[in-house]
Amino acid sequence: MTTTVNVTGTQTPAHHQPPKRNRRTGHKLAKMNWIGGGLGWVWLFIVMIPIYWIVITSFKTQANYFITNTFAPPRDPTFENYKTVIDNDVALYFFNSVLVTVGAIIPAVAISFMAAYAIVRGSGRLILRLTNTMFLAGLAIPLQAVIIPVYLIIIRLKLYDSLLAIVLPSIAFAIPLSVLVLSNFIRDVPKELFESMRMDGATEWGTLWRLAFPLTRPALVTVTIYNALGIWNGFLLPLVLTQSPDKRTMPLALVNFQGQFGVNVPAIAASVTLTTIPIVLLYAIGRRQLVSGLTAGIGK
Amino acid sequence: MTTLAPPAVRVKESKTAKGGRGGSVLWMAAPAAVYFFAFGVIPLLGVLYLSFTTWDGIGAIKFTGLTSWKAELTDPGLPHSLWVTFEIMILSWLVQTPISILLGVFTASFKRYRALLAVLYFIPLLLSGVAISITFKALLDPNFGLGAGFGIDALKQDWLGQPRLAMATLIFVVSWQWIPFHSLIYQGAVRQIPGSLYEASQIDGAGRMRQFFSITLPQIKYTIITSSTLMVVGSLTFFDLIYVLTGGGPGDSTRALALEMYQKGFMANLMGPASCIAVILVLLGVILAQLLRRLGGRGDESMMEGV
Repeated sequence: MTTTVNVTGTQTPAHHQPPKRNRRTGHKLAKMNWIGGGLGWVWLFIVMIPIYWIVITSFKTQANYFITNTFAPPRDPTFENYKTVIDNDVALYFFNSVLVTVGAIIPAVAISFMAAYAIVRGSGRLILRLTNTMFLAGLAIPLQAVIIPVYLIIIRLKLYDSLLAIVLPSIAFAIPLSVLVLSNFIRDVPKELFESMRMDGATEWGTLWRLAFPLTRPALVTVTIYNALGIWNGFLLPLVLTQSPDKRTMPLALVNFQGQFGVNVPAIAASVTLTTIPIVLLYAIGRRQLVSGLTAGIGK
Repeated sequence: MTTLAPPAVRVKESKTAKGGRGGSVLWMAAPAAVYFFAFGVIPLLGVLYLSFTTWDGIGAIKFTGLTSWKAELTDPGLPHSLWVTFEIMILSWLVQTPISILLGVFTASFKRYRALLAVLYFIPLLLSGVAISITFKALLDPNFGLGAGFGIDALKQDWLGQPRLAMATLIFVVSWQWIPFHSLIYQGAVRQIPGSLYEASQIDGAGRMRQFFSITLPQIKYTIITSSTLMVVGSLTFFDLIYVLTGGGPGDSTRALALEMYQKGFMANLMGPASCIAVILVLLGVILAQLLRRLGGRGDESMMEGV
């Protein structure tokens, strides 16, 4: 994540632009790597093919799908497939996914932000340092490994087969990374600003909202989008913790559509495309922050 | 990165800055700490406990000592799924790493296309494992898929119907999803190499290949460790992809540990042995991460930068 910032001590916006000297590196390498160049475009082609295919197929009629070339655009585009999936309750599953994602993301980001603030501001306290260590260690806990106890907790709470059952663990597993990213950002807020807030008699709560919140907004966007993607795409939690058709989220619904529609590939393509639309929208909104936020600290 | 080191330095700074007034923020950390403890730390301890019990997922949980461990460790499904997991881990590393490095070096050098490529390369990361698997499953249909589309008979295979091919397909789909991410990591690393290194080597008459092997590769050593850690540890938890794409099949040829755990626990209702597999998964993850860290020889940093 954005840990580079930590090391170099530069201010927040710095890692969006590389230092000037690096442009020259790029120039030198440009002449050097035509193998990589060819590969770059070939790989782009490989990346785009399935995406292109799923979109065009979702507009083909089922009859047309079997007679036209796989990659030819539909001769007369149809919305029939979208109607088919809507008739099969896709709106409900979509709404479930929205509820789960929004319901998990808001509390997760809110409590992570508060914890990140506390960890930075009160870092002299042993208990806060231990808390921070717990979150850092928590990054290494894979959801798959703890799914059985999570299932046990959910049935003991009598929440099995409810949307809340998906929401509760989703919040927990969003916390460690959110705290890490947010605390790295809050750490970069100049100390003098905190000091002057204190002089003006602001409480910590007031400082959190009026100083840290506006200055951390890019990181909050990154964290929100990143976690929203993970929860929206989540499959294991809904698979294990729900059962009834009316509690399905989109990934689970996709798998069921696949069984239900069988050879009706265009309908399956339509359901996949529908699932992906909100993700693409989110990505369009937060692309800049997401890409730099996720790659800035890693590449060193 | 040095995530662990800087806070230690900053402790002193912030103490002086605040004059030791940290108490009032304590409660702000409480909700996240308590919550994560309940849903993250307790389940981790819980899975260890459950591995010493017998439980069918519905009825009472009985403490039965080593019974579940004995059952699991003598089950031939365990070595098989371990083998499949390592096969996926090693093959996907071998495929992804060289391609990601080459792509990263390339995208770092072309400023003109870099922005566009970064946008497009990111797309596979946004999609769910389920959506990707369903798409590839349909696209790889021997009669109406890829082969027919391009008119190439070699592509008209029963990709998911034969053990070797199914494994190869799985590796390909994993690579399709993750290579763009790793190439972005490498791109970031390559852009941080000082240009003066290349200038100096040029004066010394080094060729392009020489520059790549003597400057670029050694300079991105830690990034290779980071990226490999993410790949290797991440491959332990592949679940959605395998579940939807092959269901572990044909037969059990792609049934990796995470899927084996799911099927044992939630399909066969053997939660005890399934918990044993979960414990093995955690241990493997920790051990592999530590090994790679040693390999990097840079203490605790390479693990944290993978975050």
